[in-house]
Amino acid sequence: MIGEDTKHLPLEDLHNASGARFGAFAGWSMPLTYPAGVMKEHLHTREHAGLFDISHMKLFEVSGPGTAALLNRACPFDAGALEISQSKYTFFLNEAAGIIDDLIVTRLGDDRFMVVANAGNAVEDEKHLHALAADFDANVEPLDRVFLAIQGPDAWAALARAGIETGSLLFMHGVEPRQNWFMSRSGYTGEDGFEIGLPEADARDLVAKLLQDERVQWIGLAARDSLRLEAGLCLHGQDLTPEIDPASAGLMWAIPKEVRASGHFIGADALRSILERGPSQKRVGLKPDGRQPVRAGAALVDADGNPAGHVTSGGFGPSTGHPVAMGYVDTALAKPATRLFADVRGTKIPVDVTSLPFTPHRYRKG
Amino acid sequence: MANTYFTEDHEWLRIEGGVATVGITDYAQEQLGDLVFVELPEIGRKLAKGDTAVVVESVKAASDVYAPVDGEITEANTSLSSDPSLVNSAATGDGWLWKMKLSNASQLDSLMDEAAYKAHIG
Repeated sequence: MIGEDTKHLPLEDLHNASGARFGAFAGWSMPLTYPAGVMKEHLHTREHAGLFDISHMKLFEVSGPGTAALLNRACPFDAGALEISQSKYTFFLNEAAGIIDDLIVTRLGDDRFMVVANAGNAVEDEKHLHALAADFDANVEPLDRVFLAIQGPDAWAALARAGIETGSLLFMHGVEPRQNWFMSRSGYTGEDGFEIGLPEADARDLVAKLLQDERVQWIGLAARDSLRLEAGLCLHGQDLTPEIDPASAGLMWAIPKEVRASGHFIGADALRSILERGPSQKRVGLKPDGRQPVRAGAALVDADGNPAGHVTSGGFGPSTGHPVAMGYVDTALAKPATRLFADVRGTKIPVDVTSLPFTPHRYRKG
Repeated sequence: MANTYFTEDHEWLRIEGGVATVGITDYAQEQLGDLVFVELPEIGRKLAKGDTAVVVESVKAASDVYAPVDGEITEANTSLSSDPSLVNSAATGDGWLWKMKLSNASQLDSLMDEAAYKAHIG
């Protein structure tokens, strides 16, 4: 429900003018779909360029001589090893190595980093950063920005036509092209694309220019969800929670080997002992047989009817043309092609464990 | 649409010879968005008003469609198995969901006619 405490996007009037249908997500009133509908919006993004208003997400600028040390404590990575403009996918962990939030951290300067956090965890993330900042010589500044994502094979060309050159920027790099702008080559659709944080007035100019380009159209949160699920990317609150550690989530690629061995990040001891004994459950892709979607919360059983795990995200993949899902299963059942069954309203739907992503990533890495 | 009734849950019923053809309204299909799956009912199943008859699934969510009156399922629209998007493109025509034999025709009196339904959705 959209209640009185619901936050509204600064560009809400533009979404209204484009015929958006709104719904509540993480405390925000968000455009879920536009008149084209989720199916066409999803496919448009894969074929051309989708424009997403993701201003519900939060940007924090962390600066000061203790910043790298602070981030190395908060996240299982090596902030000091990042080159200027390099971005890394990482997390805030709790003492049990549970994932408080997943983030993108970009090094802007010697002692200056940008942290992009999820909407649903922004308040907690800010408290967490402020609490840590007291122990380090660092300043945490939440930024007031419109945040836009433009995703798809035509994203770079549409930005170029709108006067923004992106040529030298590679995937997982971010820069400050104008005052109070932050632009990274990144996104959450599996496509090449950009995320741009900028002041509202600049955002209105940019949106107007971009929408003049027939390759660009607004895309709602519903298609953002189906795009990221096809791309095998996790949604915090569903696929990742403070009860799930990076080893179970299959995200150890985000933690450098030296950091695993000797890092002093919060949750390091817990993560090391999880790695020693091996996680009991693992995140996997799940491909349901037939056309019926299998959704978050569905229980999974093995061929003998024994509990096997549960689904954390599920829906229909407009690009794959079949239902797609992901979830957690017992480690012994996590091998691709393992046949399991999902309980959907009392019916057992066969699902096969499959490798992720469902739709190949098309990032521009070099 | 004479002999056509509407419910507050955005279903329509067309009555012919004691049998109701039931579907969801154009307003409802718009709210749901692109449908990707329709779980059809078994023929012969007896339903009381308010029972879940059909589940329609969009990309994003599953939604129940309730029996608007008491009765017995006589037919399900099997063309929706291969093309659930018929509900989006022709909600009040080829996208019908099921047919049911009415067991209590007087229940129709509590439903809306088209004018009342239009007022209901504003």
